[in-house]
Amino acid sequence: MSTTLPVLKADDFTSDQDIRWCPGCGDYSILAQMKKVLPEIGVPPEKTVFVSGIGCSSRFPYYVNTYGVHSIHGRAPAIATGLKMTRPDLSVWVITGDGDALSIGGNHFIHLLRRNVDLNIILFNNRIYGLTKGQYSPTSVEGQITKSTPMGVVDHPLNPISVAVGAEATFIARSVDSNVKHLAYTLKRAAAHKGTSFVEVYQNCNVFNDGAFSYAQDKATRDDTTIELEHGKPMIYGKDKDRGIRLNGLNLEVVDLNDGKVKEDDLLFHDEKANSTLVYMLSRMRRPDFPEPIGVFRDVLSETYEDAVRGQIDQAIEQRGRGNLQKLFNSGETWKVGV
Amino acid sequence: MSTEAASTSTNKAIKTVSGITVRLVGDSGDGMQLLGTQLTNTSAIAGNDIATFPDFPAEIRAPRGTRAGVSGFQVQFASHEVHTPGDSLDALVAMNPAALVTNLADLVKGGLLIVNEDSFEDKDLKLAKLKVSPLEEPAMENYRLVKVPMTRLTKTAVAEFGLSAKEADRCKNFFAMGLVYWLYGRNMDATLRFIHGKFGDGKSVIANANEKALRAGWAFGETIEALGHSYNVEAASLPEGTYRNIIGNQAMAWGLLAAAQRSGKEIFYASYPITPASDILHELCKFKNFGVCTFQAEDEIAAVCSAIGASYGGQMAVTTSSGPGIALKTEAMGLALMLELPLLVIDVQRGGPSTGLPTKTEQSDLMQVIFGRNGESPLPVLAARSPADCFEIVQEAWMLATQLMLPVVVLSDGYIANGSEPWLIPDVSKLAPITITHPTESNNPDGVFQPYRRNELLARPWAIPGTEGLMHRVGGLEKEDGSGNISYDPDNHQKMVHIRAQKVANAAKLLPPQQVIGPQSGELLVLSWGGTYGACLTAVQAAQAQGTSVALAHIRYMNPFPSNLGEIISRYKQVLIPELNMGQLRTLIRARYLVDAVGYNKIKGKPFTVSELLDKITEMTKSGTRTSVQYQ
Repeated sequence: MSTTLPVLKADDFTSDQDIRWCPGCGDYSILAQMKKVLPEIGVPPEKTVFVSGIGCSSRFPYYVNTYGVHSIHGRAPAIATGLKMTRPDLSVWVITGDGDALSIGGNHFIHLLRRNVDLNIILFNNRIYGLTKGQYSPTSVEGQITKSTPMGVVDHPLNPISVAVGAEATFIARSVDSNVKHLAYTLKRAAAHKGTSFVEVYQNCNVFNDGAFSYAQDKATRDDTTIELEHGKPMIYGKDKDRGIRLNGLNLEVVDLNDGKVKEDDLLFHDEKANSTLVYMLSRMRRPDFPEPIGVFRDVLSETYEDAVRGQIDQAIEQRGRGNLQKLFNSGETWKVGV
Repeated sequence: MSTEAASTSTNKAIKTVSGITVRLVGDSGDGMQLLGTQLTNTSAIAGNDIATFPDFPAEIRAPRGTRAGVSGFQVQFASHEVHTPGDSLDALVAMNPAALVTNLADLVKGGLLIVNEDSFEDKDLKLAKLKVSPLEEPAMENYRLVKVPMTRLTKTAVAEFGLSAKEADRCKNFFAMGLVYWLYGRNMDATLRFIHGKFGDGKSVIANANEKALRAGWAFGETIEALGHSYNVEAASLPEGTYRNIIGNQAMAWGLLAAAQRSGKEIFYASYPITPASDILHELCKFKNFGVCTFQAEDEIAAVCSAIGASYGGQMAVTTSSGPGIALKTEAMGLALMLELPLLVIDVQRGGPSTGLPTKTEQSDLMQVIFGRNGESPLPVLAARSPADCFEIVQEAWMLATQLMLPVVVLSDGYIANGSEPWLIPDVSKLAPITITHPTESNNPDGVFQPYRRNELLARPWAIPGTEGLMHRVGGLEKEDGSGNISYDPDNHQKMVHIRAQKVANAAKLLPPQQVIGPQSGELLVLSWGGTYGACLTAVQAAQAQGTSVALAHIRYMNPFPSNLGEIISRYKQVLIPELNMGQLRTLIRARYLVDAVGYNKIKGKPFTVSELLDKITEMTKSGTRTSVQYQ
């Protein structure tokens, strides 16, 4: 008998459903990269489950030929948690958006991260409510004009990476929908991490919030507005690789590498295992003062939730033996009638 | 254990009675629940039939000595069958003035009143907002008052152990227990085992002090002249077998274990703490060695959603709550019925609306669980009738959930959740299996797997992730029958709404028909449901004994109703529906069967008394004239 495993292709993960996203939506690119990456991860379609909530991004499970649950608004992390706790053999992905994960589902989002369930959560951030046609979201920027904020957004936006750091997520990354190579790499890294992997993807909604991330998407500007985090390497960016990030006391600062006053060794070297305070500082790097980091912010190992839970069950069985219902019923004070 | 066999002999006269109802009341920190539980277990072991009613405040430690902090435990033990903890009290044991004045009204005239007279000082009266000691009131002449200096006697009894004043004071509930045990000829052995188990072995000072206090209480009863005789309650003639005492929430947890074993599944149990349901979580989390996975979720919504995720993965998924939490789970319950996945949702009802009366009982979630979801979203709803029935009903619910592929709601309430009764321990080897199949091959040889292709009961296949070739997506959007693909087709939607309704209706085919206790036709049918069973049954039997033409139909299947219910109702001239709500079942019965049913409704956070139901039955049947509908 042959032991050769079948080689999976992107088509193996393509479902028979028509895709109903708007033409030009950034979601297409994320779907394409996911289908490209899934065969490389090596988990067969029947062992893979996509769980989503509500929103444009949450239609995602219908378009991949795996198991999937398109659930209710904000609750995908909770559904995925129950699934993974009981079926640790499955590869579980949560697909969510900025409204789904950070507004209605904010509670489940932080609890998923702090528990460190071994699954991957991909947040499509387009800074807008798309499926309900254009209201502002928890990541919309102050002053943004939307259908529900004709005079501009007054809420302070949530920074998803900062929230993830606060919840002590063990894997935190950011990528951009149109940067396909980087996106594919990031998704693979997320899949490889044991524990909750959180990936924020800058995603363009070309109908209701077009160009929200054009600075990070355009080849002409992205080298100057973003900085790619690479483990063990100095934080350098710019078209000409002539600017860097330095830690000055308790602050990060942008430094010019042209005049020779600052050497590469003076720069901050990115460390995916760094303490969360430093990761938090990276998450606060925002335009226009800083380039916005893309890549893996943090990748540390910690016991997964399902392992800890199963561990207690195994321990209980080891110490007390497999439970016996009849023994349980007859335990404690009993009495006989007429026997 | 250092104890010698506990004496139960007495030199005083013994009066044999058929049953006793006693209530123990004190501060919520006084250990009244412990005392009540011990008396219950001991009486059960003695072979009495028993029914209990713990009644405690929502606050953990309300200000000491105040009326708000009064905690009580009522138990009826008898040599005949009992179904309620009793209407009125034969004896009341009150540890302080607040406990006395808030409970005295339930003591029968001539009843025995035992008080801790050491706690009737000026400061105690002030805490209870009393100007004059109730012990000095002329009304005391109506009772057999026995004033016991419990605090002082306990202190003296445990002096040899060198406890602090506070520790010595804490032993006084065992002194009270010893006195009660003497009074009713209860055997102290089980309680002594409890004391030494809980407070340590024979070397534990606290354990030995508590034992001493217990024995001192017994000796006090034997000595004082105010108690001329003790009582004896013979064993009840219950069906043969081995029994134990069981509490409602415990029975629910054990029923889940049995359902899991019968179906070859492991339990995934997710909940968020809420009174009065939390004890199910406390009980189940002890059973990890049964493979039980308990999950205390971040909120009620996460609890039900994680259960849905586990169900999709093929586990036995359960979530529990009370009314306010069920309200939060509502949307997800709708999702589960749309996904057509098995799920148990257990609602231990309490007084509402909103936060309401967390520790008090009510039956006011019936409409919520039957109708409280958006869209046309029927679900089967089952209601337990007694503490031990929780064990049975949750297994029936799991059978329905898996045979029909849908969520099933189980209703309990605070009264049966905390109440207890003797339970005939089942032979586990004789429990019938619940058969569940997960398909391994496509049901559509010509194409992709059809997750919504149905069997004769309209159940869809429970295909679980990990099965090759059966990959499918489920979701909350309306789907095409068969393929499960998203569909906005108008005719398909109507078809699916009907299928989901018919699927729930099919539950009646899997459940036994409605039983009637009493004449199969006649003047009056009492229609009851849930935790009022004991009171309704006792009242109906009492009325029958008086020659009244009355029968009881106690419904356990609230949705769908048993298929023969309408026919049963039609055989009686009048229908009375007693409920601890404003008439929720009555509304359903009137709408469904067009019958002019009469309600008897009480919304006080307390169970029915037998006498109030008996009065109502008598009123409706005495002249043969029909009572008009009473809207509250």
